[in-house]
Amino acid sequence: MKAPDYRTPRVGIDSAEHQAKLYRIWETAPGVKGFFTTVDHKVIGIRYIVTAFIFLALGGMEALVMRMQLARPNMALLTPDQYNQLFSTHGMTMIFLYASPILSGFSNYLWPLLLGSRDMAFPRLNALSYWIYLASGLFLYAGFLTGNGPNDGWFNYVPNASRPFNPGLNEDFYALGMVFLGISVTVGAANFIVTAFRTRAPGMSINRLPIMVWGTLTASVANLIVVPAVSLAFFMLWMDRQFGTHFFDAAGGGQALLWQHLFWIFGHPWVYAIVLPAMGMVSDGLPVFCRRPLVGYSLVALSTVATMILGFGVWVHHMFATGLPGLGLAFFSGASIAITLPSAVAVFAWIATIWHGRPVITTAFLFFSSMILLFVIGGVSGFMTASVPVDWQLTDTYFVVAHLHYVLIGINVFPVVGATYFWFPKMSGKFLDEKLGRWNFWTMFIGFNVAFLPMHLTGLLGMPRRVYTYNDYPGWATLNLLTSVGAFIFAVGVLLFFVNVLKSLRVGAKASANPWDGPTLEWSVPSPPPAYNFAVIPTVASRHPLWESRLEEGGTVSSLDRGLLLDQGKETIATSALDAQPDMILEMPEDSYAPVVLTAGLSVLFVGLLLRNWIAVGVGAVIVAGGILAWLWPSRELREREPEVAHG
Amino acid sequence: MAEVALAQPRDLPVGPLHRQGVGWWGAGTLIASEAALFAYLLFSYYYLGAVNPVGWLLEPAPDLSLALPNTALLLASSVFAWAGESGVLHRSRALALTGFGVAFVLGTIFAVIQVFEWKAKTYGLGTSSYASLYFVTTGFHMAHVVVGLLILAALFLWTVLDYFSPRRRVVVSAGVLYWHFVDAVWLFVFTTYYLTPYLGFGR
Repeated sequence: MKAPDYRTPRVGIDSAEHQAKLYRIWETAPGVKGFFTTVDHKVIGIRYIVTAFIFLALGGMEALVMRMQLARPNMALLTPDQYNQLFSTHGMTMIFLYASPILSGFSNYLWPLLLGSRDMAFPRLNALSYWIYLASGLFLYAGFLTGNGPNDGWFNYVPNASRPFNPGLNEDFYALGMVFLGISVTVGAANFIVTAFRTRAPGMSINRLPIMVWGTLTASVANLIVVPAVSLAFFMLWMDRQFGTHFFDAAGGGQALLWQHLFWIFGHPWVYAIVLPAMGMVSDGLPVFCRRPLVGYSLVALSTVATMILGFGVWVHHMFATGLPGLGLAFFSGASIAITLPSAVAVFAWIATIWHGRPVITTAFLFFSSMILLFVIGGVSGFMTASVPVDWQLTDTYFVVAHLHYVLIGINVFPVVGATYFWFPKMSGKFLDEKLGRWNFWTMFIGFNVAFLPMHLTGLLGMPRRVYTYNDYPGWATLNLLTSVGAFIFAVGVLLFFVNVLKSLRVGAKASANPWDGPTLEWSVPSPPPAYNFAVIPTVASRHPLWESRLEEGGTVSSLDRGLLLDQGKETIATSALDAQPDMILEMPEDSYAPVVLTAGLSVLFVGLLLRNWIAVGVGAVIVAGGILAWLWPSRELREREPEVAHG
Repeated sequence: MAEVALAQPRDLPVGPLHRQGVGWWGAGTLIASEAALFAYLLFSYYYLGAVNPVGWLLEPAPDLSLALPNTALLLASSVFAWAGESGVLHRSRALALTGFGVAFVLGTIFAVIQVFEWKAKTYGLGTSSYASLYFVTTGFHMAHVVVGLLILAALFLWTVLDYFSPRRRVVVSAGVLYWHFVDAVWLFVFTTYYLTPYLGFGR
């Protein structure tokens, strides 16, 4: 291939001929080959979303079984051990296999469309991230289905999780599965970071990024730094259990609290990692239905980052009751109280946006706006437990369970369902049914609050969490029954959501390219978007390229139908990190078997480690090493080698 | 009519030239995450050292006779890796092959000496939390050395095959950066396990 090192990219307008050319370059092969090799971020994004929703359904069913057990005092539906596995698997599923991957799914699908790019920075890494997520999810569930699910809570405290107290395979499944999943999260985070900084449309300077990009970028930086803490903790646990090391057992000079430190150094930033992108969805979606830009864009963007930075320094508030020195507690209590300030900025910005807007009440709007209320309730109960004396009263009671469900369901599930109503037309070309949507919303909203609002009181009455049953103390039975009823109503609401998706995929009303009259780039391409996303790479001149004529901000306007053609191969543009000036033509990789082969190798490796079958470990390692070498082999297509013509 | 902003860039590099390109950024994120892993390993050491009574250190005066020269050897390998990269930059295949080759050999010697160092210990993985940390931390480092050696071997092979030029060499720069990282992080591990006892930590 004779190609120069430098080229002036052609600028032109969109045409049918040009689109046909791009289609031939970008399409994924049909059939099984395409299924296993595709690197299209839209396909990967939807796979992430579907898989995560399946895990949400599984985790929800586990919760319902527990709520049956807890509906009345002294029930014997579940044995204590079954209950332990159920509540631990429920937590693991919701936190690791639903809450984070669902946001990765939306970000994977949406980012290149929001950023005016043709794919993520590392398409093959993106595919790898999904395959490992799927494989590690199956690995973790293989444990649960064989009666070896985690049984010491998702937080998995030692010494309960150490071998003398827990001799089965349960904790080995969990420990190795989490190390496995950590690879997926880490490579995904690296991909988001580089994508955000390097593959934006020309002109989309850092102060024009959609807030959702800010949210996922911030979360990804955090994940990149904190995931090694939990991977290491689980690795050490596995070593303690299998090879007699002494990281966590006091007899050998280890410390149970070392586990808690490593786990929560990861765990608390992770909480922000699974809410900040969802808050970003609301910051981008809500204004569309208020018919005005978000109030306080810069403050919201900066407070997103500030929340995360403070979020690195609050982990000890999970350990207030462990007997740490008072000075340490005071510092972490102060930091945990201070973090409410940046968190509150977004709340006021959303309220002001509704206040100053002309709200159009759609199902998506209902989900987005109700999230504000749930966020405030979850935030206030979190603020309460930031105070050490209050925490000593409330820790290990159902108050904390109520708090964390307001945070995770309120700030993750509600925005995600709202985001599905909002972006489903873009993904599928069909609207979700609005009438069913109202039923969906109100059932979920009422069910959720019936289940979890009274639970605060259950906790204040002193009912301990993580216990499989309870005695008939005054008030406990009624409150628990109420929670169980609410949980089932909520589940019906989620079911209605799934029904709506399946129904609308078949018979939903057709959606145009910009059905909600939104302002950002994803609405400038057809619904669903073609494989190459943008026929011409747009140039962006404001935060709201599609609203420029009505906002009358003056100055220059964005160029959407005239731009870089980039049709000499599978190409997109790279831009500078802050100002988004074009600085390079990126050669994108073709579809590849490498990610799925690498995942298969890793799966063999981890199963081998679990069974202590060193032959399998060796085979897996060889597949992994070979896969990586093949992947990284300098490729002429990607111009990682000198083109022949330029020699001499 | 408002003025239309339209990016009309001139002469852009096609694919990765020099250190430009997303791959270079990707190598940076990988190293950041790996560095965090070692930070948590050392955090565990200092934490357990701080909360345990005197006597936790199994080696209050670590023997430096192998470890110190070995550290110098590893640092020297970084210099040779750098020389290899500069050979690619200046179209000198001889320098490039010498650089990557010698770096590989020095790295291998480091690994072998480290194995002897392990063998010479009077304690094992399961003796105490100090021993567990020592072997797991240096073991993690050893794993990174092995990966780094594979990368150096690949760079050597690809240089033999004449894959690189001064412009098209982001793979070289990323690989050499990784080797520098493996060496730099050893300085932290070495300082923690071999030098801080002399400064009084844990004694």
